[in-house]
Amino acid sequence: MPHLAEPHGTSADPASGRGGAARTTTTTGNSAFTVEFEAIGRTFAPTATRGPTASPPVLRDVSLTVRPGEVLAILGTSGCGKSTLLRIAGGLDSPTTGQVSIDGSPVAGIDPRCAVGFQEPRLLPWRTVTENVALGLPRGTPRAAGRARVAELIELVGLSTFAGHRPQAISGGMAQRASLARALARNPGVLLLDEPFGALDALTRLKMQDLLLDVHAQAPTTVLLVTHDVDEALQLADRIILLGRPDNDTRDGATIVQELTVPGARPRDRGSAELAELRGRLLAGLGIDRHGEARGLAATSTIPAFPY
Amino acid sequence: MTETVPRTLPPTSARTVTDATATASARTAHSPRRSLTSRGSVTLIGGAILPVLILAAWQLTTALGVFTIAQLPSPAMVWQAGLDLFASGLLGQYAAISTQRVLIGFAVGAALGIALGALVGLSRTADIMFAPTLGAIRAVPSLAWVPLLILWLKIGEESKLTLIAIGAFFPVYTTVSAALRHVDRQLVEAGRAFGLRGVRLFASVQLPAVIPAVISGLRLALAQAWLFLVAAELIASSMGLGFLLIDSQNNGRIDRILLAIILLAILGKLTDAAVGLFERWANRKWA
Ligand SMILES: Nc1ncnc2c1ncn2[C@@H]1O[C@H](COP(=O)(O)OP(=O)(O)O)[C@@H](O)[C@H]1O
Ligand SMILES: [Mg+2]
Repeated sequence: MPHLAEPHGTSADPASGRGGAARTTTTTGNSAFTVEFEAIGRTFAPTATRGPTASPPVLRDVSLTVRPGEVLAILGTSGCGKSTLLRIAGGLDSPTTGQVSIDGSPVAGIDPRCAVGFQEPRLLPWRTVTENVALGLPRGTPRAAGRARVAELIELVGLSTFAGHRPQAISGGMAQRASLARALARNPGVLLLDEPFGALDALTRLKMQDLLLDVHAQAPTTVLLVTHDVDEALQLADRIILLGRPDNDTRDGATIVQELTVPGARPRDRGSAELAELRGRLLAGLGIDRHGEARGLAATSTIPAFPY
Repeated sequence: MTETVPRTLPPTSARTVTDATATASARTAHSPRRSLTSRGSVTLIGGAILPVLILAAWQLTTALGVFTIAQLPSPAMVWQAGLDLFASGLLGQYAAISTQRVLIGFAVGAALGIALGALVGLSRTADIMFAPTLGAIRAVPSLAWVPLLILWLKIGEESKLTLIAIGAFFPVYTTVSAALRHVDRQLVEAGRAFGLRGVRLFASVQLPAVIPAVISGLRLALAQAWLFLVAAELIASSMGLGFLLIDSQNNGRIDRILLAIILLAILGKLTDAAVGLFERWANRKWA
């Protein structure tokens, strides 16, 4: 399991990692949109290997409204349907029941108002980093403006020296940053990010989180961020939903089991006591024992609690 | 530890990885010294060693009289036969007509192969409708077409070109359709998610992804084209290297048979090298 036990509360000062570059970002302001999930359910057709029995639903009864400009983190254990929910939001997958609307109009098929940062980098291997990021530009962007925007984004994610490299010549973490830049290039009304920092080392992850906040502050789009990192969710989101199966519920399929609003304006102190309390609740929701209460230790303790 | 997401590679993974890293490192200022085996002169000399040895062994055995002249003429006699035929103008004519047949048949077959391969590889409907039939036609041994082609098209150019085109069609059709079917779905989906559709999607994602496969299909097709050329010319022709073979067989001219075989080897290798150059250019651009 990844980094649920980051040594929080140490010297992670949010201000220190922030790049000044973000401040120069041109905001060709796309408006942010409301995203509304209405009783979403998703059941995949049974695969041949599983036999003729109907497969259980992956998601059921997910209802939620994401406000324009809000950053919503979607937490959940691996395989609970986080990616599926995000794909449904972007029109890459369609729900079995219910519907999603963006800005009041229903999503049918791939939605041009969204940009997706996939869980995998999915860069075109025959294109350079620059050309890959340029793929994200909205159609009809003037050439010069597009080139400047791409260079700026590549600078922002710290890939300037690798701008001319092909994806195979850069590391997985760099590829994921390039993929993030590609999604940002779209300047979308709704930004869908599926574990965008999953392949990054701990330090780069913190930097990229701050970068995302900067970009969001510049162009406040609606962000749906899938993560399995509780600290990341607490650091970035206005609101967090936890997907899973409620206790005492024998039905299959994940739904929203917790929803909480994160207090405090961003960027947040990564070590605050208030967040520590929420962290404990979320970890408990993910089925992780927090190991803190029994000994009367505050969860803000710098002693890492290994959940393995 | 951090969850490392498996990076998706195109079907040609291993090759393109080395290619890309090679070009990447070549671009950086301090590229490492090239190994001995990657130098052009070394590959040229290395490749020539075996032919020279074979030639020497041939010369030696004939000089020592291991075989009779009727069994194996000496290299000099083959060379002389070549000079005679060249002087009479026949050699140039035969080589030219054979090459022309291969190139035309190959071009037609490969073009059809790419078109139908793209159709079947991209469209599920076309796959269902065409793939079984084409598979069955492919299963017909190619020489089985010869009697039919001769009756329908007579012993003219058309029957030979058609046979060569059939031979060139299938390697291209098979590799293109299979490669398109196996284009990384995640990449195609990413292309769609960023607004690409139809022709633009094909040109930006699917086509570049299958270029290496298309080219290896073209190389196979070219080899097949030469194979079918000889088959066609052996059976019914009055010109060409295949005709030279069958004619020399009837006259007992082993020197000319050897000459034709050597010419076929050289011409086949030359055309293959041309496709190889195209392949290197395309890999630099796309892979
Ligand atoms: N295209 C699909 N076909 C069948 N099952 C799928 C498909 N996509 C996802 N699933 C199933 O849905 C479940 C949730 O997947 P996913 O949304 O990727 O989880 P998460 O992103 O939370 O790890 C998994 O059990 C997975 O097997
Ligand atoms: Mg996922």
